[in-house]
Amino acid sequence: MGATAAIVTRNLSRSFGAVKAVDELDLQIPEAQIYGFLGPNGSGKSTTFRMLCGLLKPTGGEVDVLGRRLPRDAERIRGLIGYMTQQFSLYRDLTVLENLQFMGQIQGLSRRERRDRIGHSLKAYRLERYRKRRAEHLSGGERQRLALAAALIHRPPLLLLDEPTSAVDPQTRRDFWDALFELISHGTTILVSTHYMDEAERCHRLAILDRGRLVCEGEPLDLMRNIGATVIEVTGPDLMALRETLAGTHGVWNLTQLGSRLHVLLDPSTVNPAALIEAALSHAGLKSQVAVAEAGLEDVFVAATGRRPS
Amino acid sequence: MKAVRRTWAIAQKEFRQLARDRLTFAMVIGIPLILITLFGYAINMDVRNLRAGIADQAGTQTSRRLVADLTATQVIAPVRQVDTAEELEELMMRNEIVVGIFIPRDFERRLQDPNREAAQLLVDATDPLIPRTVSAVVDMPFGLREHSASPRLIPRTGRSQDSPLFSMRQYYNPERRSAVMIVPGTIGVILTFTMVLFTSIAIVRERERGNLELLITTPVRSIELMIGKIIPYIFIGMLQVSLILAAAVFLFDVPLRGTLVDLYLASLAYVVAVLGLGLLISTIAKVQFQAFQLTFFILLPSILLSGFIFPFDGMPQPAQYFAQILPLTHFVVLVRGILLKGAGLVELAPPLQKLGILFLITMTLAMLRFRKRLD
Repeated sequence: MGATAAIVTRNLSRSFGAVKAVDELDLQIPEAQIYGFLGPNGSGKSTTFRMLCGLLKPTGGEVDVLGRRLPRDAERIRGLIGYMTQQFSLYRDLTVLENLQFMGQIQGLSRRERRDRIGHSLKAYRLERYRKRRAEHLSGGERQRLALAAALIHRPPLLLLDEPTSAVDPQTRRDFWDALFELISHGTTILVSTHYMDEAERCHRLAILDRGRLVCEGEPLDLMRNIGATVIEVTGPDLMALRETLAGTHGVWNLTQLGSRLHVLLDPSTVNPAALIEAALSHAGLKSQVAVAEAGLEDVFVAATGRRPS
Repeated sequence: MKAVRRTWAIAQKEFRQLARDRLTFAMVIGIPLILITLFGYAINMDVRNLRAGIADQAGTQTSRRLVADLTATQVIAPVRQVDTAEELEELMMRNEIVVGIFIPRDFERRLQDPNREAAQLLVDATDPLIPRTVSAVVDMPFGLREHSASPRLIPRTGRSQDSPLFSMRQYYNPERRSAVMIVPGTIGVILTFTMVLFTSIAIVRERERGNLELLITTPVRSIELMIGKIIPYIFIGMLQVSLILAAAVFLFDVPLRGTLVDLYLASLAYVVAVLGLGLLISTIAKVQFQAFQLTFFILLPSILLSGFIFPFDGMPQPAQYFAQILPLTHFVVLVRGILLKGAGLVELAPPLQKLGILFLITMTLAMLRFRKRLD
C-alpha cells in the first residue's frame, strides 16, 4: 500500500432506521490508484460513496477524506472531489456545452479556465460533435462521457464514480476505463463501484461489500490467490442434474454456472476434492468431467458473499 | 367473480397507499376542516367592526351620544379621533380606517333643520360591501330627531319628511363596481399562484431528477442556490404584473391613481415575498405533487382571508391575525391603495414593511431547512 492514503475510514457506519446499510467499515484508500467497490445491490456501495463525499452523515465511526474530517469539513472538500452519480444527474434539457459551462461556473472556474478546460474535455471525451446537442438526446455512452467530463471540469484530485458503466455497451466501457487509467497517471485517486467482474479485476485494489460489511479487501490477484476455497470445474451433458446432486454433497459451499461449466467452491480443508466430486456424481449416475480450476474474481465474490452476484 | 376480486385488489391497494401517503391522508382530514373554518370565518356578509375615524367638531353631548349610538350598532368600531375631515381622508388612504364620521361645528343647528343632513359619513367604497353595510346604518333612526320611536327624544319641530341624519360620501369606487374591487387584488392572487407554484417546484424538481445530488457535492452555497433560483422568477413575476395591469386598465377600466413606479416597487416586494414562501415549500415537499398540494394550502387561505373577496374588517380577530402571515393580505392593501386611492409608498409603508419581514422569515426558514445533504 502507498505511503499516503486519500481516504481513511474507521468503523464507518450508517443506519437507516433499523437497517444497517453500512456496518463498521475500515478502509485505507491509497492515492493515485483505482480503488474498486464490488458488491450486489443493497450492499452499501452507494451509501458509502455518499458518506465519502459528505452527502450523508455517518451514524457511527470516522471518515477522513484528503486529510479532512467529515462531515465537519464537508464544505472544504467540495471543490476537491468529482462525483459521478449512478443516474445521470446533469441537466437533460441543457446542451453538452451548457452543462459543462454550468459545472465550470459552479466550481468557480474563471472564464479563461472554463474555455480551456471545456475545449480540452470536448476533445478528450469525443464530445465536440455534440456540443450543441441536449443531454437528453445523447446515447448512453455519450451521456456517460459528458458526466465524466463534468465531474472532472475542476481537475479534482479525488474522483468518485458510482456504477458509472451500468448503462453502456462493452466497447464504451473499455474506452471509459482507458480514460480512467489516463487520469491516475496524472495523480488522481479514483473510487469506482461496480457489479461487473471484469471491471473489478481492472482495479488496483478492491473491496467486496456484502450487506454493509467489508467481507474482503486487497489486490484482485491476491484475492484470487488467497480465495480460501477450492475451485473445481465440472462439465457434463445434464448441468441441471449435476447442480442438484452437487448442492447436496458434503463439503460443497457454493455453485456457479458459467455457460456450460459449473464452478464448485469447496471447503479448502477437503482432501482430494476432485475425487470427492467425481465419486458423488458417478454415485448419482451422472456423466461429467471434473478438474481443479484457477479461482476467478467471480469465485472470490461468491466465496466472500456466499451468494451469486446480482 | 374474478372481476370482483381484481377490482377489490385495486381498491385494497389504493386504501393502503392512501393510508401510507401521510400528506394526502392529512389532506383528506385537513381540507374539509380548513375549508369549513375558512369559509365560516371569512364569508361574513353582515360586516361588523369596521374601523372608523371620528372627527367631532361639535363636541356636544348630542354629538357624543350619536357616536356612542353608532358604536352600539357594532357596525363601526372607532379606532381614531381626529379634528378635520381632511385627516379622515388621509387615514382612509393609509387604510387605517374604512369609515369616517364627520360631525361639523354647527351640528346642533343642522339637527334642528329637517332639510339638512346633520353629519357626514365618509366611506371607503373599494369593497362595495362596506358602503352597502354603512348605508343601512344611515337609515337607522337614532332618536336624535323628534319623531323617532326611540326613548331618547329631542324636542320636535313638527316636520315629518326629514332629510336623513347623515349624508354619505363614498370614496375611491363611488359606482361600487365589483371590477374595481376585484381586479387589483387579482394581480396578487395570480402572482401567489404562479410564483409559489414555480419556485416550490424548482428545488423539488432538481431533487427528483437527481440534479441535486450532484449539485450539493459542489462548492455552491445554499444561499447562492436559493437566490439563483428565484432571480428568473422575479422577472417572470414582473412580466405578469405588466400583463395583468394592462388588462386591468384597458379591459376593466380600473383607475391608476397612484404612480406606476410605486406600483412596480410594491409588486416587486410582493413577488419576492411569495417567492420566499415558494422556496420554503420546496424545502418541505419531497416530490412535485406534494409541492402542488402545499401550494393550494397557501392559495386557498390567501384568497379567502386576505380581504381580496371578503372585507378584512368583517373577519373575527383570530382570522385577521392569521391573515398577517399571508403575503396577499398586505399586497391587497398596497395595490388597492396605489391603484384606487392614489396612495404612495410613504403612506403604505406598514404593509410594505410586513412583506419585507415575511420575505426574511421565509428565506431564513428555507435556508435552515435546506441542508447540503441527502439525509
